[in-house]
Amino acid sequence: MTTTLSAPPEPPGPSLGARLFGNSIAGPLAALVLACAFFALNTDRFLTGANLSLVIQQVMVVGTLAIGQTLIILTAGIDLSCGAIMAFGSIVMTRLAVHNGLPPLVAIAAGVGVCALFGLANGLLVTRVPLPPFIVTLGMLNIAFALTHVYSEEQTVTGLPDELTVLGSTFTIGGTDVTYGSVLAIALFLLFAYILGQTAWGRHVYAAGDNPEAARLTGIRVNRVLISVYTVAGLVYGIAALLLVARTGVGDPQAGQTDNLDSITAVVLGGTSLFGGRGVVLGTLLGALIVGVIRNGLQLIGVPSIYQILITGILVILAVTVDQISRRRAR
Amino acid sequence: MLGSLRPIRYTTLILSAALVLGACGGSGDSAATSSGESIKVGLITKTETNPFFVKMKEGAQKAAEAQGVELMTAAGRFDGDNASQVTAIENMIAAGVKGILITASDTKAIVPVLKRARDKGILAIALDTPTEPRDGVDALFATDNFKAGELIGKYAAAAFQGKEAKIATLDLNPGVTVGVLRHNGFLSGFGVPGIDPNATQQATDPRVVCSQDTAGDQAKAQTAMENCLQKDPDINLVYTINEPAALGAYTALKAAGKDKDVMIVSVDGGCTGVRAVQDGQIAATAQQYPLKMAEQGVTAVAEFARGGAKPSGYTDTGVTLIAAEPVEGVESQDVRFGLDNCWG
Amino acid sequence: MTAAATEPAVRPVLSARGLVKRYGHITALDGADFDLLPGEVLAVVGDNGAGKSTLIKALTGAIQPDAGEILLDGRPVRFRSPIDARRAGIETVYQDLAVAPALDIAENLFLGREVRRRGLLGTVFRMLDKKGMREQASRHMGELRIGLRSLTQAVETLSGGQRQGVAVARAAAWARHVVIMDEPTAALGVKESGQVLDLIRRVRDRGLPVVLISHNMPQVFEIADRIHVQRLGRRVAVVDPREREMSEVVAIMTGALRVDEAHPGRTVVVDAAAAEAAKVGSGGDQAAVGGRYGGRDARRGPEGGGPGGGERP
Repeated sequence: MTTTLSAPPEPPGPSLGARLFGNSIAGPLAALVLACAFFALNTDRFLTGANLSLVIQQVMVVGTLAIGQTLIILTAGIDLSCGAIMAFGSIVMTRLAVHNGLPPLVAIAAGVGVCALFGLANGLLVTRVPLPPFIVTLGMLNIAFALTHVYSEEQTVTGLPDELTVLGSTFTIGGTDVTYGSVLAIALFLLFAYILGQTAWGRHVYAAGDNPEAARLTGIRVNRVLISVYTVAGLVYGIAALLLVARTGVGDPQAGQTDNLDSITAVVLGGTSLFGGRGVVLGTLLGALIVGVIRNGLQLIGVPSIYQILITGILVILAVTVDQISRRRAR
Repeated sequence: MLGSLRPIRYTTLILSAALVLGACGGSGDSAATSSGESIKVGLITKTETNPFFVKMKEGAQKAAEAQGVELMTAAGRFDGDNASQVTAIENMIAAGVKGILITASDTKAIVPVLKRARDKGILAIALDTPTEPRDGVDALFATDNFKAGELIGKYAAAAFQGKEAKIATLDLNPGVTVGVLRHNGFLSGFGVPGIDPNATQQATDPRVVCSQDTAGDQAKAQTAMENCLQKDPDINLVYTINEPAALGAYTALKAAGKDKDVMIVSVDGGCTGVRAVQDGQIAATAQQYPLKMAEQGVTAVAEFARGGAKPSGYTDTGVTLIAAEPVEGVESQDVRFGLDNCWG
Repeated sequence: MTAAATEPAVRPVLSARGLVKRYGHITALDGADFDLLPGEVLAVVGDNGAGKSTLIKALTGAIQPDAGEILLDGRPVRFRSPIDARRAGIETVYQDLAVAPALDIAENLFLGREVRRRGLLGTVFRMLDKKGMREQASRHMGELRIGLRSLTQAVETLSGGQRQGVAVARAAAWARHVVIMDEPTAALGVKESGQVLDLIRRVRDRGLPVVLISHNMPQVFEIADRIHVQRLGRRVAVVDPREREMSEVVAIMTGALRVDEAHPGRTVVVDAAAAEAAKVGSGGDQAAVGGRYGGRDARRGPEGGGPGGGERP
């Protein structure tokens, strides 16, 4: 009678391929490097500091949205409303600052706070009723969209005070102009990478998405974790709103309409599984960069932008396929 | 505990279902229909939210009051949402409208349902955007979008005085008539020979070094401009499909320190855009008149319903070049005029 | 109600007296008793509807009984939720492999009870002490002699038996008083079940008593020190597997046999036809099968027993 639960007769561990493309960011990183190499070889305008700084600025708003989306998808949920919430927040902070004359920092706080409240509402509906996240955020998408247009009266808000756009201004590193907003966004990615990887809350987020029943049985308050995830995501959407305002210099009620799905694209391309429990937030950063690099690179070599959309679609399917295969192999 | 939750659950479920159905079923804030003798006129715009259409709706409502007719309105959920517009037309037919005014999201796909309306004797009028084929409607009240592009093209040509131009075009979306007309009009006005005003594809020219689609969105236009500048830093003339796109281009140019060296031209004549002309961000814009389109449309239906003649053909509702600094040989109006007549 | 002769001499770690639980018209527990002695593996068996699960749910705080009391180490306790029971030192292992597949072994062991680093890193930055947790996990798995290649491999790469081993190790790591296992091998094959049973033995040998709910009689007989038979909402017998046959225990479960309360070592045939069919309690050629006590017919009168007659706890 065997006395130990020893490994040998058991199925082999994940193959090299599965390990590469499974839980780690090696897959998205390889894809990004490949894309960069391709464009660098085809045009000498790609690999310049100025151009790369530009790409980061271009993906930072969707990338920040995607941080919140990553948190939610890790819990096996999804958020179809992030872009609309961000748009509403951006209108709130700009209108309060310009039309109501509130101190800019207060206006910013109010805009971010409103986004967090939307997140909280999403979280409560998902856990207390309960309702599937797809349905909840689909409804919230429409609500936020409508509120944005009613509150803004269809007017783009201009003439913003400096505090709202300061993140759009640049400083120079080694000859390249970098915006403060880019730095903030990257710092946010690093912060959440730390939180998800090094704190108990982060573990609970993964467990809640991986096997919520098991998590519950170990004493984790899964509903509380979910509510906090959605609320924190809302807060992050508020920061994305500020980044958007800083980048474009206006409060635009038409903004963000395609960002809902674009944020999901970044998360999926970054290797996070839509079924929850697997993925890292730095992968999302890579996913966002992949989209930005492809768009920027194709424009530099003169390919019509419709092909950027085609390629992104193909990549998304590839990424999800790789995720599925690696999960099957691991079992 | 379960018992007390159940009514809450049901209510929330029903509310959510209503939201989902509302989202799926397209919008339509039809004015209350009363069975009465009043003449009903339907107005269907591409979206509820674009200020251009908001203004159109306002103009229609004013004209409806003035004419003593009842206005029903509806819209798609997004630019390109043909299905909602088809549904709206069917509903209006059922409601007994005498005429339908429409800015079509899909200029081909809307024609069959418009034919059904016309077969019942309902007047069909296109606003702002012609249908394909043009005789899909009885009449068209629109800006001549080709001419709008021509005006700003001519302005740019005169301002450049033969100086070499490197052009970027920030366009709408693939295949949308309005975008094609304005783009081609601009090139034609700028001096590119042999451009067919009825072409359905965007034309090009060696001087155009970058062409990108922006969906008319400010942030997307900003990104497109940034990338165009990366591709060719010497771009000195930018054609934009509308003023939000122009503002996005301006932000990108300003960040690159090129705002003084590059000329931006645009189309629309909304108040925000005219103010941008005033501030020197946009050099010139072709102003169009959504209010006029709506007013003339409603009036035409009212007269037809009261036994008058059917309107027909194309009525140009006018387009005016607005520029802060006029150039020789090209007629334009100043910013004051622009602000007095702007919409939004 | 079991006779006073069954009051154990040693104080039980966990016991219950007179538990009652009703669901509408259905009485799930009808004055049920329970005793778990230190250092033993107690199997709880019973037919469907006998109240096994309800009994275990009451002991783990998943439900609150309508009447009766529960004593832990001799002191009365009331569990309002499973968390209460956990805090009191009772850990449970479930049959559906309640582990998080995407997390690794060390993470699963510490799930819900993560350890932070000392000092500022732990308090202000909430940083986890991953190294420390891994070391503790490794030590613990070593004590239970569970050999796995690496603690950092995701649990989903393990077989069912190994996953259940992780769940058992987790329960054993945190339990201070009792480990309760609800059909832990139900989802496993024969070989893997054997490995889990070995593990259960080692848990017991390290001093933690184990309650094992099971339908699998051979496994029960292989590993249990005593067998608690539940029937119709009550404890009807506590049996020593060395002293009884499987078929007898099954008959007690179904009610074909009844434990003689005056002489707990003996069984009384209640339902002759069923007993006949089960080949229990009919004497004669049962001598070899039934051992000293198996199924002497009450009508034959007391047999006078043999070694150990009459003093079954």
